[in-house]
Amino acid sequence: MNFLPYLVAIWLFVVGLYGVVTSRNLFHQIISLSVVQASTYVLLLAIGYRTGGTAPVFAGIPVGRLAVDPVVQALSLTDVVVGATVTALLLAIAVQVHKRTGSLDPEDLRRRLGERDE
Amino acid sequence: MTIQVRRIVFLLAGAFLAALLVWGMGGLPHFGAYRGPYGDVLNAVSVPERHITDVVTAVNFDFRGFDTLGEEFIFFAAVLGVALILRAQPGEGPGHVEDYATGRAVPPTSDAVRVLGLGLTPPTVLFAIYVVAHGHLTPGGGFQGGVILATGVLLIYLAGEFDDLHGLYTEVTLERAEAIGAGAYAAIGTLGLLTGATFMANVLPLGKIGHVFSAGTVPLINLAVGLEIAAGLVLLLTTFLRQTLVLRPTASPGPLTKALGG
Repeated sequence: MNFLPYLVAIWLFVVGLYGVVTSRNLFHQIISLSVVQASTYVLLLAIGYRTGGTAPVFAGIPVGRLAVDPVVQALSLTDVVVGATVTALLLAIAVQVHKRTGSLDPEDLRRRLGERDE
Repeated sequence: MTIQVRRIVFLLAGAFLAALLVWGMGGLPHFGAYRGPYGDVLNAVSVPERHITDVVTAVNFDFRGFDTLGEEFIFFAAVLGVALILRAQPGEGPGHVEDYATGRAVPPTSDAVRVLGLGLTPPTVLFAIYVVAHGHLTPGGGFQGGVILATGVLLIYLAGEFDDLHGLYTEVTLERAEAIGAGAYAAIGTLGLLTGATFMANVLPLGKIGHVFSAGTVPLINLAVGLEIAAGLVLLLTTFLRQTLVLRPTASPGPLTKALGG
């Protein structure tokens, strides 16, 4: 069972990629990308976890008590912020794409853009 | 490439990728067997040296405060990007708010939603201020508190109408607040230079461990980040809401829309 969190991270990564590759809707595709990113949270937190360790917050508990790694938790926070900004930007682009072409299907989109070029 | 072919290609490639990841992560320390040493060092020095009891905040805003400055500007740039992408295009203008699908008017917000939304707003704002102000003591900080504060504003929208938000703020106010938040972080960093230490050095008095006014520059940075994140997120929400609720195509499409065949 020691490997389970890593398997969860791998599963989220691959299943999110599957969504990105086969998606027929831009919004679904963007959310799939968020799933890929969620795997990095699991991986980071799994690396820093220590059996029996408490949260790295020493308010009310003595310094020196066994705690998990605070560095990967701080990195997860950065990860969340970057993930939110990427999602916001992609959603904004998707809104404009729908306005221009009337479609959110990536396949459809390619066809429409191709027609215009001819 | 049809969707079916693509799926088969991905299943092969995905299986290979998954196998590669399993093999690679097999070399990591087992779950629960963290080896350190950085986390242990930080856990040991954060309270005695910086008077910060939340070590995650200590890492973000003190030990690697310079990186978080960059992170803050990533957010800043992304909000600017969204505002730019979703600005009113030529051929768009304020229009009637109608339900596109059915052609009927938007149903009024129910009283229950209004009362609940407005009732939840003050505790949400208070909680946001608490989370920002206690970022160096307990889990929380500028990023988390800023998001909660923006949620409070979103609750006002849910309880009322989009127009109600304009009584609260204008977009120029938000842009200024966001810029002040981002600039204040950098300005606090230069305090270190002024005293002859390094950029982002924690040079203010550290105070008593566990008090709100302690930990030197960290609570000030949390305040700056909280302001920036809250203003930036509300700007994001406003931009998306205006896109959905206010902007409509006007009679004559602009040159850009025509050129793109929209």
